[in-house]
Order: sequence, then structure tokens, then C-alpha cells
Amino acid sequence: MAKYAILIYEDPAFYANISPEAWPAVVDAHSKFVEQVFALGGSLAGGEALAPPTTATTIKGGGTVTDGPFVETKEALNGIYVVEARDLDHAVEIAKLCPAPAPGGGVEVRPVVDPTTNPF
Amino acid sequence: MQADAVAAALAQAHRSEWAFVLSATVRVAGDLDVAEECAQEAYVSALQAWTRDGVPERPGAWLTTAARNQALDRLRREVTLRRKLPLLVEPATVDPHDPADLDWPDAAVPDDRLRLVFTCCHPTLAPEARVALTLRLVCGVPTPDVARAFLVSEPTMAARITRAKKKISEARIPYRVPGRAELPERLDSVLTAVHLLFSTGHTAGEGDALVREELCDRALHLARTLAALLPEQAETRGLLGLLLLTDARRATRTDEQGRLLLLADQDRTRWDQRAILEGLTVTAGALASGPPGRFTLQAAIAGVHAMAPSLEQTDWPRVVHLYDRLLAVWNTPVVALNRAAAVAFADGPAAALPLLDELATDPRLADYPYLPATRADLLRRLGDAAGAAQSYRRAMKLTANAAERAFLEQRLAEVSRAAGAEPAPG
Repeated sequence: MAKYAILIYEDPAFYANISPEAWPAVVDAHSKFVEQVFALGGSLAGGEALAPPTTATTIKGGGTVTDGPFVETKEALNGIYVVEARDLDHAVEIAKLCPAPAPGGGVEVRPVVDPTTNPF
Repeated sequence: MQADAVAAALAQAHRSEWAFVLSATVRVAGDLDVAEECAQEAYVSALQAWTRDGVPERPGAWLTTAARNQALDRLRREVTLRRKLPLLVEPATVDPHDPADLDWPDAAVPDDRLRLVFTCCHPTLAPEARVALTLRLVCGVPTPDVARAFLVSEPTMAARITRAKKKISEARIPYRVPGRAELPERLDSVLTAVHLLFSTGHTAGEGDALVREELCDRALHLARTLAALLPEQAETRGLLGLLLLTDARRATRTDEQGRLLLLADQDRTRWDQRAILEGLTVTAGALASGPPGRFTLQAAIAGVHAMAPSLEQTDWPRVVHLYDRLLAVWNTPVVALNRAAAVAFADGPAAALPLLDELATDPRLADYPYLPATRADLLRRLGDAAGAAQSYRRAMKLTANAAERAFLEQRLAEVSRAAGAEPAPG
């Protein structure tokens, strides 16, 4: 088994404007996803939701501190899961089920580096 | 043992056994680059060993054993130095829980090269990278030729291949033949790879050998294997039909001096009738299996040419119609260019010129020699010798193929004489 990060990219405006009634469905979708990871033979090694980019602080080389995210994009990194999967086919099968309900949203699968190897 | 005989045996073994040797070595090496190096070292060591001991009865088995031993030696030596993730080699290609896989035993895959082909054509790789890797790894096509097949520079192609190999190992793309359920969606890029392999052999981009028969034969072998493995996938038969019908013209594509002969000048009595008959039969079967895909439609076009007694007596309206259907499923500038050439025969060269003007604005065709070569031919047929000469020169500048350049030079000399005899228009 190998670790893969599933990075969730979505327009933060979707969550800023979401109605209170719609919120439980988002939470349920993530609970269901976690169950599905295990049902598919994978496992969960971690995961967090991130507060919106408007709360971000960026420190670039030289130590200059600025308000805002490192890169301004419409779709921002809003959350991350780390899953254990057999191979990329398995990781993609899992990632396809990861919720990213905002229009134009999606997820990116990235292998987590094994510290004993050099991927570069 | 004579050096000539050993060299010939080695060349033959490279043609017929490279993919077999490499794909078997990958399992041991756990790394595509290491496996490639080990396979190459095996061919080098064979030169000495075969000169001393004679060519072994089964050169492929000898080379595979040598390459695998190289890989094992390296693994023992480098176990503490390994800095790359090992390639994920999956021994099982059958999912015992998938009912569709139960009648799909490993033994049904007679060609171990397919494992390599399907890994190279994995859907998480960029489409261009899939075909490039197949040509490079499965078929041993040199990187410059792979670059030419894709109309990109050699450094670009080398970087693309390196990046793809890195992704295979780091992202853990498994080294296996996909189960039957995923096979159809994985098939198109595999067929594309086999077709490009054939094209690379059929019109080698560089050097004097216009026909690299071994590449064509290997592509045909892979196409036959795929058609046998997946007969329910009509496109596998479409590809096989296309390759057979194109390959039937192999002997007539150049004259005795190796100069390129156009369809118009080819001796149709020397076309391989057995290959044509098989190609037409296979293509008819594919056409009857439902809405045809791009390989089946291309095979149907090749079939129209194969049945025509001469260029003039070709059913050009049918060719144009088939190109229209092809464009509907596969809209590329090269297909549009071929369609324009067919329109020139169906409706006259003047009708095709505006189509070429439109294609000239497509940046993907900026360095494509067949665009100015086609324009030159149309202008020549319309009697515009000066315009034709200009386009022939442009095409000559773009082609790296000696046979094609010789052909263009000859045509340029002809139209230049014509232009000298009459005052150039305009």
C-alpha cells in the first residue's frame, strides 16, 4: 500500500454562500466518502478541511508577510485527505468518490513521497 | 562464428525479441530505465558470447536470461543505493471477485508485451506520452523517430518520455494487463500506439530506408494479437484491416532507386492481393459490427483504394464521404488535409485550394511537409508552375526523409522547366 494525497479544489464562494439547509448534505457526503474508502479496501491516513483563502497568510522567501493565499485562483485548495491505496488505479477509484460539490470543483491525486526515495 | 552472421542474428533478435526481453526484465528490475539498460547490456554481451559459442537456439530466451541476470546483479549491488520507488509489478491480471474476469485467465494473453503496452498506455498518462512510451519501450523505436511521428522536437519528446516513466514509478501505475471490465476504455490509446508504430515504419521520417519492414511487421503482429484478444471490439479489427490494406502497397511505394512513388504512379498489379483480400474481409467484419470508429473508417478508405483499378477510376465521392464520417469521429487537421486531397480528385484541384488555405492557419500544421506538398501538387495540376515551385521548395525544407526530398526535387525540376518555357503567371 502507498499513500496518496487527495487535494480538493473548489471555489470558496460556494461554501461562503451555502444555505444552512444544504450544509448537512456536505457533511454527510464526507462521512459517506470515509466509509467508502474502507469499503474499497483502502484506508484513511489523515484529512482536514481548510478555512477559506481569505483567512490565509503568506510568507515568501525573505520573510515578507502578506495577507492572502500564495497563489490567487478561482478554485482554491479547500481540503485534503491522505489515503492508503494499492496503486494509482486504486487511488483514482477512491478519489472519484471524494466530494467536491461546488461547480467547477474537482480533486487532484498526488503520491505522497516515501522519505527513503527521491521522486525528483 | 562469422562476425556478419552474428551481427545479422543480433539485428534479427532486436527486431523480433526486444519487447519480449524488456518486458520480462521489467518484472525483475522493478524499474523501466534499469530494465532498458539491462536489456541493452544483454544485446552487447551477446555479440561476444555468440561470436565465441555460436548463436543460441533460442536467442530471445538467451537474451532474456542475460538481461534478467544483469538486473538481479544490479539489485544485489544497489540495494542500499536505491533512490527510486520500484515499479509496481502485479503478477495477477485476474480479479477472482470479478465475474467478467473468470473467463479471462492469464494464459489467454499469449504476448507478454501486452503488459508493457497497457502500462505504457495507462489513462493517467497524457495521450501523447502513452503512444510515445509504447513506441520507445515496446518497439524500441529511437527517440528522434518517435519525435517526428508526433511533429515535436527531439528534446521535447525525450523530456516527455522521461516524465512519463517517472510518473509510472512514482505514482505507482501498476505493470499489468487491465481486467476485461477496464479494457475497452484502455484500448483506443493502445490501438493508436500500434497504428503510429506502423506509420513510423511505413514512412520513416529520417534516413534512406523508406520502409522499415520490421516496424510494420511488429505493428501487424500487435494488431493481430489485439484483434484475437478482443474480437468483440470492432476497432481492433478495423486497425488490423487498415494496416493490412496499407501494407499491401509496401512493395510499390518506392521505385528501384528508392524514390517515393505516389498512389498515381504505383504499379497496382504488384499490390499484395492476399493482404488486400484479408484486409477487406477483416474491415467488412468491423464495419458490420455497429457504428464504425476511426480505425475502421480509415480501413474502409484504404479498401476503396485497394479495389480501384487506377487512380482515375477510384470511387472518389465515396472516399470523400468516408472522410466526412471520419472527421465526425476524429477531427484532426491531418484528416482534414487528406480529405482536401480527396476533394481535389472528386471535384477538381480548384475546389480543394480554399480548404488548404483554411488549414494553413492551423499552427499544428506549421511544420507539416505534406501541407505544402499537397498545395504544390494542386497548383501543378492547375498549371501554376511558379506557385507549385514555391510550395515544393517549402515542402523540401520541412521533410527529413531522403526519399521524399528526392521526389519533391524531381517535381520541382519539372515545374521549373515548365515555368521557364512559359512566362510565369502574374
